[in-house]
Amino acid sequence: MSSDVRFTDFKSDKQPTWCPGCGDFGTMNGMMKALANTGNDPDNTFVVAGIGCSGKIGTYMHSYALHGVHGRALPVGTGVKLANPDLEVMVAGGDGDGYSIGAGHFVHAVRRNVDMTYVVMDNRIYGLTKGQASPTSREDFETSTTPEGPQQPPVNPLALALAAGATFIAQSFSTDAQRHAEIVQEAIEHDGFGFVNVFSPCVTFNDVDTYDYFRDSLVDVAEEGHDRTDYDAAKEKILEADKEYQGVIWQDESSVPYDQKHGLDENMSEIDDGAPEGAMDLVREFY
Amino acid sequence: MPADFNWAIGGEAGDGIDSTGKIFAQALSRAGRHVFTSKDFASRIRGGYTAYKVRTAVDPVQSVVDRLDVLIALTPRTIEENLDELHEGSVIIYDGDRTTMENVEIPEGMVGLDVPLKRLAEEAGGAIMRNVVALGAACEVSDFPIENLDSALEKRFGSKGQALVDNNKEAARKGRDYVAEEYDHEFDYELETTDADYVLLNGDEAIGMGAIAAGCKFYAGYPITPATDVMEYLTGRIEQFGGHVVQAEDELSAINIALGAARAGARSMTATSGPGIDLMAETFGLVATSETPLVIVDVMRSGPSTGMPTKQEQGDLNMMLYGGHGEIPRFVLGPTSISECFWKTVEAFNLAEKYQTPVYIAADLAMAVTEQTFPPEAFDMDEVEIERGKVVDEETIDEWQNEKGQFQPHAITDDGVSPRAFPGTAEGAHMSTGLEHDELGRRTEDTEMRVEQVDKRNRKVETAREEEDWTPREFGNPDSENLVISWGSNEGAMTEAIDFLEEEDVDVRFLSVPYLFPRPDLTDEVESAENVVVVECNATGQFADIVEHDTLSRVDRVNKYDGVRFKADELAAEIKAALQEADQ
Repeated sequence: MSSDVRFTDFKSDKQPTWCPGCGDFGTMNGMMKALANTGNDPDNTFVVAGIGCSGKIGTYMHSYALHGVHGRALPVGTGVKLANPDLEVMVAGGDGDGYSIGAGHFVHAVRRNVDMTYVVMDNRIYGLTKGQASPTSREDFETSTTPEGPQQPPVNPLALALAAGATFIAQSFSTDAQRHAEIVQEAIEHDGFGFVNVFSPCVTFNDVDTYDYFRDSLVDVAEEGHDRTDYDAAKEKILEADKEYQGVIWQDESSVPYDQKHGLDENMSEIDDGAPEGAMDLVREFY
Repeated sequence: MPADFNWAIGGEAGDGIDSTGKIFAQALSRAGRHVFTSKDFASRIRGGYTAYKVRTAVDPVQSVVDRLDVLIALTPRTIEENLDELHEGSVIIYDGDRTTMENVEIPEGMVGLDVPLKRLAEEAGGAIMRNVVALGAACEVSDFPIENLDSALEKRFGSKGQALVDNNKEAARKGRDYVAEEYDHEFDYELETTDADYVLLNGDEAIGMGAIAAGCKFYAGYPITPATDVMEYLTGRIEQFGGHVVQAEDELSAINIALGAARAGARSMTATSGPGIDLMAETFGLVATSETPLVIVDVMRSGPSTGMPTKQEQGDLNMMLYGGHGEIPRFVLGPTSISECFWKTVEAFNLAEKYQTPVYIAADLAMAVTEQTFPPEAFDMDEVEIERGKVVDEETIDEWQNEKGQFQPHAITDDGVSPRAFPGTAEGAHMSTGLEHDELGRRTEDTEMRVEQVDKRNRKVETAREEEDWTPREFGNPDSENLVISWGSNEGAMTEAIDFLEEEDVDVRFLSVPYLFPRPDLTDEVESAENVVVVECNATGQFADIVEHDTLSRVDRVNKYDGVRFKADELAAEIKAALQEADQ
């Protein structure tokens, strides 16, 4: 790891095909800055991307990466990190990927608390399939598949994470570049599963949860003197239905990540040329 | 007296049937006798009929037969379930003090030994040892020195203190002495002991041990019958070799966690059964098209859907060969015995890494939950070879970079195999994806690149066909005009069926095929035979279809899909009937 890594080193030579103005540009830039600021470089970084507009991020960033199956990015990241804890693992996906098809994995990744970072680009819409309701879409949000709105409450991802025993819960806004990069950086530095829900507006298919809406409604918990280590205060903020917060809302400072609990500190890609020493003892056990 | 001895203990699930049976099997193994065990069990924790059966001989045994010599029956149903296998002179040990066994009828011609198992166990220190009292009684009936049982009891209870071991030994002796004193009967059996040292293990354990031997350091799985033993075996052992086991939230996650570890460069594995394979099919295509080495074990059980979870079947062959949308090469190995479960697992890891492809291990319930004895040399760790394929490091990586210095994980090559750089390798950063991709691993819809990548992936199979040995295992008379072909665990029953057939002047050539894809070309063998019979545990003959397709000929089929494995004598009769029909 060299200290002269710049965030642009994490940029690939492939031009993003996101719509002009898409929130994902800012989300990705912040991730790259946070990675560079934490002393990582592309050769020790592994990005796992889900499916959807957000999933394209693996192509636009330069690092080791796998762009996987819809909804299963977190399990892949889990395997990468446990097999080689020296790697910086960052998982990225959208609200559909994380809270709909991958909701089960989200809950279990949170409670497993592997030392990695999960960035969800939440635009409250399915963009790549051209505008259907997502699990975070508003109850009355009209789309091609929900002409009268979903008629069911949106998932509260932060509450879901808290209920599952999260050790780090944060929210950011892609266009507030400085704060977004800071928050992702804190998620990387957290010992455990660092979860950041990023408001990353879709300029093409969501005319409700827009840049203007978030600019007007977003409150930074840091400016409110919120104590991120106060569980009850965090719970209260997370359950406030009509408020949009950014910042680190909850952090369990006593978090011990799964990898550490299990004493995983070796790169498992290294193996012997033959059966490992002591393997014959396994046979003797069957006497 | 017959050369082999067949013994069983049966009762309700929760009666400790499994552990009692295992103790007896272990005692026989430690006495230098060969053992082959089988289980009748239901998918429930308590209640329902369950039995543990042991076939033993001085010579190797590798099948079950339709005969039971001594039965410990804890319930009346145990006798009913085994009526077909019991014969004149069979001994049934039971506890007449038990309410349900009070009025039990011992079938005519059989010897009923009413032994107060519970009372004797209480005298020895606790009713819980009543099954061990029964084992002692069985030792007396089979003229098997009780000291052999002691060694198995020490292995089973040693960690819980010497007092418990001593109590159990005492319980066994009470059972032995009771039979000796109360029954003045000459039993037909004498279990000779030898100086040989054998190990006793099941197929799931052999797969787990094979994985560790092959340098597998990562396992992710979700519990499912009958594959759970693989995970339980690895848990607590793989850690001693620097590895780790993750219990995932479902099979969708299990295969993805295992995939992540493989992308990080670890030798990685998951194991499941049919319902789990269905879920894993989603990610299978990604594993294959991202060219990630991964070993996926399917311990087959009766399907479809939940099917019969504790029953034998070989019904997932087509799923493994063709499952998943689109077209993608994969390797499928089918171990044919418990020792081969070990070696095929080692081979699977080498093939997976050499050809950067998922490798299925098609195992089945009949071998997974069956224990068999082997000389320890059957698992000689010095024979294990590790081949990691085209892995590049800092020194060699520049050979595989394009003019811009970018590493090409899906480079088009003559043999179809691209270079592999483990994450952390300097200048190696690259991506891969389930989208069709170019040599850099980035999405493409370029028509030429699409064709080049498809051809490259398929070329790996051609290379493997040429470079690897796909020879089937051969038994019987090589010049026979009768050819029998099978796959999976039928090998044991079939090799013994050859002996039964010989007694009836029927000779056969038997090919046991452990490679399901790529697989041996059997055209010459099929064409040079007069009669061809394909044996398998499914209803439609999935492998028979493949043999017909590969060799452009017609074959006869022997299929079994009642949930029970082939027994050697039963299989011999079926083969004989099939051959007679073919001759008419």
